[in-house]
Amino acid sequence: MEVGQMRRQWVDYTNSLITEGFLDGQFLQLLQLQDENNPDFVVEVVSLFFEDSERLLKDLTFALDQQQGVDFKKVDAHVHQLKGSSSSIGAQRVKNACINFRNFCEEQNIDACLGCLQQVKQEYCHVKNKLETLFRLEQQIVTAGGSIPMTELSF
Amino acid sequence: MNLSNNSKGSMSTPSSSSLLKTTGDAVTDQFPAGLRVLVVDDDPTCLMILERMLRACLYEVTKCKRAENALSLLRENKNGFDIVLSDVHMPDMDGFKLLEHIGLEMDLPVIMMSADDGKSVVMKGVTHGACDYLIKPVRIEALKNIWQHVVRKRKSGWKDLEQSGSVEEGDRPPKGSDDGDYSSSLNEGKASKKRRDEEEDGEERDDSSTLKKPRVVWSVELHQQFMAAVNQLGIDKAVPKKILELMNVPGLTRENVASHLQKYRLYLRRLSGVSQQQTNLNNPFLNPQEATFGTTSFNGIDLQTLSAAGQLPAQSLAKLQAVGLDRPTAKTGIPLPLSEHKNLFSFENPRLRFGEGQLQHLSSSKPMNLLHGIPTNVEPKQLANLHHSNQSLGNLNVRVNASAVQNSPLLMQMAQTQPRGQMLGENAGSHVTRFPSSLVQPAGPNGISNGVMGNGIAGTSNITPVYNHLPQSTSLLNFPMNQTNEIPVSSFPLRSTPGITNIPTKGMFYEEGTSDIKVSGGYVPSYDIFNELHHQKSHDWDLTNTGMAYDVSQHANLLQGNIDVSPSVLVHQGFPSIQQSGQHRDTSSIGKGMFSTDEGMHQGNLQNVGQHVNNLDNSVTVKVERIPDPSSQINNIFSEQYGQEDLMSALLKQQEGIGAAENEFDFDGYSLDNIPV
Repeated sequence: MEVGQMRRQWVDYTNSLITEGFLDGQFLQLLQLQDENNPDFVVEVVSLFFEDSERLLKDLTFALDQQQGVDFKKVDAHVHQLKGSSSSIGAQRVKNACINFRNFCEEQNIDACLGCLQQVKQEYCHVKNKLETLFRLEQQIVTAGGSIPMTELSF
Repeated sequence: MNLSNNSKGSMSTPSSSSLLKTTGDAVTDQFPAGLRVLVVDDDPTCLMILERMLRACLYEVTKCKRAENALSLLRENKNGFDIVLSDVHMPDMDGFKLLEHIGLEMDLPVIMMSADDGKSVVMKGVTHGACDYLIKPVRIEALKNIWQHVVRKRKSGWKDLEQSGSVEEGDRPPKGSDDGDYSSSLNEGKASKKRRDEEEDGEERDDSSTLKKPRVVWSVELHQQFMAAVNQLGIDKAVPKKILELMNVPGLTRENVASHLQKYRLYLRRLSGVSQQQTNLNNPFLNPQEATFGTTSFNGIDLQTLSAAGQLPAQSLAKLQAVGLDRPTAKTGIPLPLSEHKNLFSFENPRLRFGEGQLQHLSSSKPMNLLHGIPTNVEPKQLANLHHSNQSLGNLNVRVNASAVQNSPLLMQMAQTQPRGQMLGENAGSHVTRFPSSLVQPAGPNGISNGVMGNGIAGTSNITPVYNHLPQSTSLLNFPMNQTNEIPVSSFPLRSTPGITNIPTKGMFYEEGTSDIKVSGGYVPSYDIFNELHHQKSHDWDLTNTGMAYDVSQHANLLQGNIDVSPSVLVHQGFPSIQQSGQHRDTSSIGKGMFSTDEGMHQGNLQNVGQHVNNLDNSVTVKVERIPDPSSQINNIFSEQYGQEDLMSALLKQQEGIGAAENEFDFDGYSLDNIPV
């Protein structure tokens, strides 16, 4: 695939991610923060997000698994943080799932929380796959000598 | 804007500039470019994004993951930052607490951030004195305007110069009414008030404020003179001009005095505000109504929490108050336990917060733990002493406290850290000349106050025992322990002499701080940053964790099976560790499970990964595994380390810091380290 094609693909793919709600305007902000002085900014931040999220999800799983009693405050704190970081990178669906999750935390409904956790995990996996695909494409473009056509996005 | 010179003017003494102030030559006079921002957030993702955004605004950014680090950084570089951005929810310290500390100790504008946009949280920000409240995700546009808070704060300081009455007193109703849009216009209400006032005084202030004046360092002696003058005049009548005359210090300008006075008043206000929160105090002096004013200062909050935590018996609070008020606590024996000192002080501060009218609150003995956030183990009997003294003073106390306002931040700090506070009251008292109590006497109380540490700081000076105390309070450091435990007093063996400027132990904090700060070094090798950001996480391949003091053991695949992640290739471009050669790697080897591909990737997945990897044209970067526990381990280590040295350094820092506390920006002129009395 030649560079032009790849670039178009990148644009289309990113647009679709936004249209489908996986990513929101915040992600676009991150793209704008990337420049020749910070060429890998988005990848770095997103990788940070992945790491952080996986840790949080793990902690959440653990917290909700406590037979002796679930510490909902802790659960809420984790979810709150996940909500913050996901919203910071523009992972909209994850953020929304977190918002939903917090509501059930307030109610201290364990089953509902477990369901929410599942949902958050799923959304997380989705967006992770999408972003990784996107990054792969970016890498290909860069390797082929092209640049990432951020300005050509529809948003 | 004409403040540009001013903002940099304060750095006229390069030697005094903060360690972090890289001489941004290119941006020195391009205010707001070069604005020195400290951003504190425990979320690494957010922190990274904020840093990048702030850099894009041409600000000088320092990152901090922990509030304690941030505080120590701020204390080390009293004038090293112009503004602070802090997250609300942080594991080691509540953002609001940090906010209070900063407001009291450094009087820097602080902006709170949170993904939480609930009205109550935003209101909390307002009442605690935040300049603004940003809702996450923060957009760069919001950050582009934060310089306005810096300017505003300076301007409000100027405004006070001309006015004899305190501007802030009485004109700070809860700013809940400010706005519908909490996130960005929190500031407007306050700002508009200030603007109004400022406008009244005309524009000439701007001109004068932009003049570069050498910064005045408010040393202990100087502050004592200030306090003496204020007390002599009476807090209500203390106008800068008269204070200046009374002080009779060559080279001191009315503006210097005015700004100092303003800070002092703010401090008093906070104290009274805090005191109000302590509704559960039995002290008759306490005016229950005031409590509602909102303890914006952290003193108040701490007190409340502390009291709530039952840490301080009512008597102790009273005592603290007494001490703070320069009550004849002295008579109780100077050697009040450290905790008492602190308690007194912190207690005072809240009281004073909302105006002198509420002096009574101060004296009321609230069984609150005045220490800010520091569980104070004030012993009942000691507190009782304070209590007595409190009772008698009444309004006078208020005054006394007022005069001690300047010190109060110091005291507060101290109080916070150690319940054993030394006679904070004494410190406060020292400033109050009118009180015959030994508290006032510098010599005596000093001994005591300093005595907290058990040293004879006493002889140091009559000036503000407060300063002495400061060193003792490693309040901030101990925050994590916050309301539940306290730092063993024994760890305070600091020798604090007022005016000590450099404490060797500081280095410790600095290190801590730097570990966080390091990352902010920029994206030079982006990988390095990445590594540093994860410094607490061990990487399977230990790359360049130079900054890390801890060698976190590396665990493989941390996330095992917890997350049902569909097998996917972990593509992380540019991962340093893997790409030592820089570019392409042997993808097959990567796929082989060096990297834990996602949490709990199963064997099957690994193969898939390998396949994917092989399919990639270029190098594949594998995500670095996170170590599940290291961070917590590290945190523990940190907190342990913080135990003793932190206290010392914190105290020491405070000592020196106090003098320079108010010299952040602008009009404070030349640095007169010790204006001869």
